Amino acid sequence: MAETAVKEKEPILAFGKKERQLLTDPLNDNNPITVQVLGICSALAVTSLVYPAFVMAIAVTLVTAFSNLFTSMLRQFIPKSVRMIVQLVVIATLVTIVELMLKYFNYPIYKQLSVYIGLIITNCIVMGRLEAFAMANKPWRSFLDGIGNGLGYGAILIIVAIIRELFGKGSLFAGSPIEIKIIGPTADYLINTTQSTLFGWYTNNNLMVLPAAAMFIIGILIWIQRSRNTKLIDVS
Amino acid sequence: MDRNSSKYILGFVLILTASVAVALTGLREVTKEKAVQNEDIFNKRAILSAVEDELPDGKKVSSLSDAEVADIFKNMEQPVINMQGNIVEGEKAESIDMAQERKKPEAERLLPLYIYEHNGEKFYILSVRGKGLWDEIWGNVALKSDLSTIAGVAFDHKGETPGLGAEIKDNPAFGAQFKGKEIYDNGNYVSVKVRKGGAQDKQHEVDAISGATVTSDGVTKMLYSGIKNYEPYLKQLK
Repeated sequence: MAETAVKEKEPILAFGKKERQLLTDPLNDNNPITVQVLGICSALAVTSLVYPAFVMAIAVTLVTAFSNLFTSMLRQFIPKSVRMIVQLVVIATLVTIVELMLKYFNYPIYKQLSVYIGLIITNCIVMGRLEAFAMANKPWRSFLDGIGNGLGYGAILIIVAIIRELFGKGSLFAGSPIEIKIIGPTADYLINTTQSTLFGWYTNNNLMVLPAAAMFIIGILIWIQRSRNTKLIDVS
Repeated sequence: MDRNSSKYILGFVLILTASVAVALTGLREVTKEKAVQNEDIFNKRAILSAVEDELPDGKKVSSLSDAEVADIFKNMEQPVINMQGNIVEGEKAESIDMAQERKKPEAERLLPLYIYEHNGEKFYILSVRGKGLWDEIWGNVALKSDLSTIAGVAFDHKGETPGLGAEIKDNPAFGAQFKGKEIYDNGNYVSVKVRKGGAQDKQHEVDAISGATVTSDGVTKMLYSGIKNYEPYLKQLK
C-alpha cells in the first residue's frame, strides 16, 4: 500500500545516479566491514573456505536487501516506541526463511555454516542499515542500499576466504562441485609439491585456517584501502 | 489514528507477529519432508565414507547420487546390537542416534551395525563416539570380514580447533593411516592407538596430529571403548 502511494507522487528512476551510488558506495567508500567495521564476527568465522563464504555472502545480501525493502514499506506504520523490535521481527523472519531454504536445497552447506546463518540476525550491518537508511527512505532505494551493503560485505568475505583457503588448504571452492586443487602433496593438485622442484618447500600455512588469520587479513585490507582512497584518510 | 497509542502499538505488533508466524510455519511444513530426507542422506554419506574405497564402480562418496546412497542402505543388513552382544529384534541400525545412546547408562546402550557388501566381500561398519578437546567426536570404522583388519575410517567432530583437532576430519591423510591396521594382536583386543611422536608399532598404531594431543588421545580412547562395545557380538561371528 505504502509503496504504490509513494510511486505515484514521485517517479523514481530505476537506476539514476543516486541509485547507482547506493550500489557502489558500500563496495569501497562506505564498506560495511573495512570502513564501518561491522559484521566482523561472521567475517572471521566463515572465511576459512571460499564456498561457505560465498553462500554466506548471498544469504546476507538477500537478508539486508529484503529487510530494507519490507521495513521501508512499513516505515510509516511502525510505532516509534517498538521500532527496533519490529525491525528484529523482519530480520529474524528473513533469516529463518534463508535457513529453511538452505536445509531444503543444500543440506551439507547448511551443516557447515551451522550457527552462523542464525547469527545473521545479530549482524550489525543488517540492523544498522534498517535504522540508518530504510526507516527514512523509499522502498526501491532501500532495497538497492541493502543489496549494495550485502555485496560490500560479501566482497570482503570472499577476498579474505580466497586468501585463507589458498594458503591454508591449497585449494579453492573446496566442498563445491567446482573445487580446484592448486598446491598440495598429491597428484590431484595442479602443483604437486612432492614432485615440483620449484615448490617442493611449500606446506600449507596452518595459521590461515584459524580465525586469527582473518583478523590480520582484514587489517591489511583496511590499511591498503585507506592508503589508496583519499576520501577515507581524514575519517578516523 | 494516533500511532503512539497503546492500542495501536498492541494491534500492530499482534498482526505482525501473527502473520509472520503463520507464514513461517507454512513454509516449514512445505519444506520439512525434503529437509528431513536431506539430513538422512547426509548422515548416510558419513557412514559410507568409512568404506570410501569399496564403493560400487570405484565411485567416491561425493560422486554418489542421493538415490544411489539410499539404494545402498536399502540393500544393507542393518542389525542393532545391545551391550551383551545380542541382536535387538525389530530395530534398524539407521534409526539409532549415537548421541542419544551415549546419554544412556552404559549397559543399556544400543549399537548400530551396518554390514556392507561389495564384490562378495563383507564389511562391518561400526559407529563410535567419544570426547575430543572441546566437544564430542565421533566416527565410523569399517572392518574387513576377518573382523580385525580396518578397511577404512571416517571421523567427524562438533567443535575441534580448525587446523589442529579438526584435522581428524579435514585431513584425509589422517584417516587414511588407519587402513590395514589390526584391532587384534594374536587374538587379544588392542584397538588402534594414535601415538604422539609417530607410530612405532606399524600394525596397531598411527601418527598423532601435532598440536592436537587431546583430540588425538580422544580418538584413541573413542576407538578403544567404542570397538570394545561390539566385541561380545563380534566374538560370536568369528
